[in-house]
Amino acid sequence: MSLSPKDVEKIAKLAQIAIDEARIPDYVSELSRCLTLLEQIGRVDTTGIAPMSHPLDMYQRLRADKVTEIDQREAFQAIAPATEAGLYLVPRVLE
Amino acid sequence: MHNLSVTEMREALTRGETTSVELTGALLDRIASLDDQLNALITVDDEGALLAAAAADARRARGQAGPLTGIPLIQKDIFLTQGLRTTCGSRMLENFVAPFDAHVVERCHRAGLVNLGKSNMDEFAMGSSNETSYYGPVRNPWDTKRVPGGSSGGAAAAIAAGFAPLATGTDTGGSIRQPAALCGITGIKPTYGRCSRWGMIAFASSLDQAGVFARSAQDTALFLEVIAGYDARDSTSVNQPVPNYAGQLTQNLEGLRIGLVEEFFGEGLSPAVSGLVEAAIAELEKLGATVKRVRLPSVALSVPTYYVIAPAEASSNLARYDGVRFGHRCEAPEDLKDLYSRSRAEGFGAEVQRRIMIGTYALSAGYYDAYYLKAQQCRRLISNDFKRAFEDVDILVGPTTPEPAFRLGEKTDDPVKMYLSDINTIAVNLAGLPGMSIPVGFASGLPVGMQLIGNYFDEGRLLAVAHQYQRETDWHRRLPPQFS
Repeated sequence: MSLSPKDVEKIAKLAQIAIDEARIPDYVSELSRCLTLLEQIGRVDTTGIAPMSHPLDMYQRLRADKVTEIDQREAFQAIAPATEAGLYLVPRVLE
Repeated sequence: MHNLSVTEMREALTRGETTSVELTGALLDRIASLDDQLNALITVDDEGALLAAAAADARRARGQAGPLTGIPLIQKDIFLTQGLRTTCGSRMLENFVAPFDAHVVERCHRAGLVNLGKSNMDEFAMGSSNETSYYGPVRNPWDTKRVPGGSSGGAAAAIAAGFAPLATGTDTGGSIRQPAALCGITGIKPTYGRCSRWGMIAFASSLDQAGVFARSAQDTALFLEVIAGYDARDSTSVNQPVPNYAGQLTQNLEGLRIGLVEEFFGEGLSPAVSGLVEAAIAELEKLGATVKRVRLPSVALSVPTYYVIAPAEASSNLARYDGVRFGHRCEAPEDLKDLYSRSRAEGFGAEVQRRIMIGTYALSAGYYDAYYLKAQQCRRLISNDFKRAFEDVDILVGPTTPEPAFRLGEKTDDPVKMYLSDINTIAVNLAGLPGMSIPVGFASGLPVGMQLIGNYFDEGRLLAVAHQYQRETDWHRRLPPQFS
């Protein structure tokens, strides 16, 4: 599998990671090498094999729809980069 | 004092020959004088440790001490510790102080264990050599030019160097067993769901499992009993009673059926490693076990299968690091998009970025079936191989790693080469089985580990086999000359 520089830019955009343009050729070669390794599984016959998402084939437990958490907003926001009046601050989205 | 076993420490505490404060102080001094050679700890908590030790001594004086009260340990820096920084080996969490304790940490507190600090690790547990840590690589106490393995490299190096008798670790693809092997100590990754993942920073949620490092199987058993158990806050935690592991250690090996995994003895295996593991298997036969050869043909798929599933899950789990709620935030973001993408570019190291990108690609529109779904089907094939094998044998064995510790920098230029070093350990995570590594000798002065794999929730048997082997051998008592 060989990725193009355009593919790498698209992946980085989807992953929300800013990449340095000068490094794109490195990403192209590293990621292409990794994907070549991963593609080995494409040659395996998996007809009729159920996908395994949990090692013990367990299902998610359900619980009663009751309030179990206490309000810890202050503790959680104390570690945030920027807050004001109980809100998280981000750059302006709407003008 | 640093080379005492947990049982010996406990006896000394019970007889009043020492106190937890004295023990803790001695180990903190040892870390202060020797860790600049290893870099095994990211954070040392002198003050907190001495307070906890004093509390443990007071508890003992009241007659309320449990089996491990007052024993020092080191927590991997992936477990949240309230009030004490948790970095996960990343710049992203350089100043992160968790508002609550992980379930494993809570249990250690409850048992009266004394946390000395947080061990170094590959960034977000992504690595096999501890070289991806933002806080610098860890060095192997047996040869400081070599890696200790990863991702729990700091924990393994700390135990081997006698910084503590116990350490926690996590194992997503071998991150306990591989460093245990390379550092000459004992380590166990329990069955998926045996220990709660609550407060354990997520890498690949269908594979991540907490476990234990110690110098012997006996100490490992005592500690696993503390951290294992059900927790409703982890939806994958399994509600099954925790057996008395230490009580099961005396099971003899008469009639034990061992399967030697042929695929683990294939191409790329160092002849010295192969010879030592075969000798260890012969020792188990002397103790009454029978050995047959077992084939797990789908294990050959485990590296590509794992490197689809783990990065895919990581790309989703690590989406939470966005520079908004906690963690690193870039300076003067232009807009929201810039805030996300620059915070992540600055906060994550190269390997973490690479895996997020692989995972993002594998999950992106048009590729999901070819990668993620296909990998989940291959995972089933691998798991089925193990199921078949366990119809005829009680445990499976083989080398934990194909070679002893490699040199720092030897594999950092080539991610694929690094990924292939996990070849013997990751199938166990894909199947969700318990696995263990124990020291079985030395190749050119470097420790070699044997992997024991058990059926689901059969940790007690693995520990018993390891303990019986360790009663006949003294590899686990050897200390690195520079740190003896």
